Amino acid sequence: MYYFDHSATTPPFNEVTDTVLEVMKNYYGNPSSLHQFGIDAEQLMRRARHVISESLDVNGEQLIFTSGGTESNNMAIKGVAFQYQNRGKHLITTEIEHASVYESFKQLEQLGYQVTYLPVNHTGQVSIEDLQNALTDETILVSIMHVNNEVGRIQPIKKIASLLKKHKRIFFHVDAIQSIGKIPLYPEEWGIDLMSVSAHKLNGPKGVGVLYYRKGIKLFPLLSGGGQEAGYRSGTENVPLIVGMAKAIRISMDKQKGNLEHLYRLRKKLTDFILQIPELKLNGSVDPEHMAPHIVHFSFTGMKSEVIVHALEKKGIYVSTRSACASGESKASRVLKAMGTSENNANSGIRISMSAEHSVEDIDTLCNQLKQVVHDYKGFTK
Amino acid sequence: MKPDYILLRLGELTLKGRNRSVFENRVLTHIRDFLKSYPNIQIIKNYGRVYIQLNGESFEGIAEQLKKIFGLVSFSPVKKVDTELEAMREVSLELMNNLVPKPNTFKVNVRRAYKHFPHDSQELNHLIGGYVLHHTPGLKVNVHEPDVILKVEVREEGTFIYSETISGLGGFPLGSSGKSMLMLSGGIDSPVAGYLAMKRGMKLEAVHFHSAPFTSERAKQKVIDLAKELTNYSGKMKVHIVPFTEIQTQFNEHARKNLIITFMRRAMLRITEKLAEKNGNLGIITGDNLGQVASQTLSSLNVIGRATGMPILRPLITMDKNEIIKIAQDINTFETSILPYEDCCTIFLPKNPATNPNLGLVERIEDSMEWLPQSIEDAVENTETIIVSNQEEEKLSHLF
Repeated sequence: MYYFDHSATTPPFNEVTDTVLEVMKNYYGNPSSLHQFGIDAEQLMRRARHVISESLDVNGEQLIFTSGGTESNNMAIKGVAFQYQNRGKHLITTEIEHASVYESFKQLEQLGYQVTYLPVNHTGQVSIEDLQNALTDETILVSIMHVNNEVGRIQPIKKIASLLKKHKRIFFHVDAIQSIGKIPLYPEEWGIDLMSVSAHKLNGPKGVGVLYYRKGIKLFPLLSGGGQEAGYRSGTENVPLIVGMAKAIRISMDKQKGNLEHLYRLRKKLTDFILQIPELKLNGSVDPEHMAPHIVHFSFTGMKSEVIVHALEKKGIYVSTRSACASGESKASRVLKAMGTSENNANSGIRISMSAEHSVEDIDTLCNQLKQVVHDYKGFTK
Repeated sequence: MKPDYILLRLGELTLKGRNRSVFENRVLTHIRDFLKSYPNIQIIKNYGRVYIQLNGESFEGIAEQLKKIFGLVSFSPVKKVDTELEAMREVSLELMNNLVPKPNTFKVNVRRAYKHFPHDSQELNHLIGGYVLHHTPGLKVNVHEPDVILKVEVREEGTFIYSETISGLGGFPLGSSGKSMLMLSGGIDSPVAGYLAMKRGMKLEAVHFHSAPFTSERAKQKVIDLAKELTNYSGKMKVHIVPFTEIQTQFNEHARKNLIITFMRRAMLRITEKLAEKNGNLGIITGDNLGQVASQTLSSLNVIGRATGMPILRPLITMDKNEIIKIAQDINTFETSILPYEDCCTIFLPKNPATNPNLGLVERIEDSMEWLPQSIEDAVENTETIIVSNQEEEKLSHLF
């Protein structure tokens, strides 16, 4: 079995499942309870906070535990939009954001906010100039993803952050869900105000995530109740998953540096292969420095993506079409269309997302099978 | 640019004459202890200087640790090159180019300890400075008030180049001024008092008075957490948790309400004194600050202080609250200190505590409390002592 859908989700580390099980069994106290069981659970939470903040190189007080990436993104965007609406009602994002960001902005439009969706070039990159031109006196939030979940394009977050530093009234949110644990990102140092992370994208449990927010920012809470998480996210904390997430983030960040070179080697092998096959078209930038090391996206022109997914599945190879969350849709990919890809190509996208556990031989196998599939199906393209 | 060495400056120690090497060794032992997780480093005492040879270990991580060492005034990341003009020039330029923010002005300061090097210091200033200047657009020389001083130390075995100086904590090395007992309440002041005492070279043990069930487990945990923050500077610390409920409830039943605080503080001092003696401590440190609360008027301090013959040190006595809070924030105890748990000093608090207690009266009433000496003995006897350290407790480490 060859699993190449790590951008959809990753298998949890064994160390993580062990941790979750042990905490669930032995530390079931409510962290808000007064007695020892409560204190034990609270201690675990505090330590998890500490471990995560050390790993992400941020201040530990400014972390909100959430139910995952979607909630982190919603909380950042709506939290800022609602809290600071008196300052202005203009928001900026891009056309290629994940649905949890994109749809949040669509909702805010219905509530009377004005949203600028920045275009991207054919490689999937946002232009700093466009961003600069879009800024107005009414702008309160810019939300731009670090690594695109579909094609793997990296956005120039550091440059954007330094541009926005000159605009003290504007908050900068980064959806780092596909990048944390894969490529370097220094939220505090670069001046990122809010950053979303999801545990299951880096071999942690599903159903848990974290939102980092810079000191001094206030967020309008989306969930009201007992006032957990400094009042920003009420609800009894999911201690086992939070502790499991801390472990997954720590391990991933420890490994990140060592994995980077290996992943880029795998990526190069795969892209070199794709560039040789005339029926396949590589999406994103050809410069590997612009691309996340673990994601490769290409189109088999004229062939419906789903057909390829199933053809490879028969051979024990698991890939995806684009964002797993949107796979059910029959419409062409919004991201590919934003990159100026033709409707035909946008309907034919395949995403390969790797992990550092993969070997060069695994990629060889993938390439051979892919070659076979292209050979078998090229007669059926539209 | 990755440095090869860190140059350490052990300031105040130079004043210490013949004791100097004792003090120096104490700092170095402390440093070694704090840098245990960097097995490849070597500490070198050489050329009348102290260096850490990094051998590939991360400068940033080590620098963070060095900022917590008392007795270390400052340190510099240093690049070592062959004692050869071309190499000196190249690395000087690279080092200047890597500075953030970019300096507008600089000067070169060469020290030629290796007198056989063909160019003397003056020539080298020009040869290196000119080269850097020529290759860096916009940079200017300013010998009076440069943004950056590029220091080049020429020695036979290699030339050391650096420009950056990072401040350390200063003060005296830990343990060079003896050992004291810190009365740690959980408020903002006492951890700061402990920190300042440590900065003057004192080693600390902490004592905390716990009044379960009137005070919660969380209040106790809070004090342990505060002690843990202090161990970021000291490595390890004993915390004595004294069961104080019995004595407090007795006072509450039998003593005049307005004098309860006075009696309580005197009992605490007596218990602390006994614990101090048991553990070889020669002083008591408190977070007292003149005039903050009823027990901190001069008159109260007098009556309370008479309960012990041991020196009571009060590092905060004349400080402003803002200054104290500033330090608490710097040493990372503030956020913990302000957590709202009841502690032993706030329960049974009378409405009108005496700010001007009468020593004779207090002593007379105490004499009539026949139960008191035994209760103090019991409290000392039943004190729980735990050791906290900045190495997170091992018990749960496998979960993370």
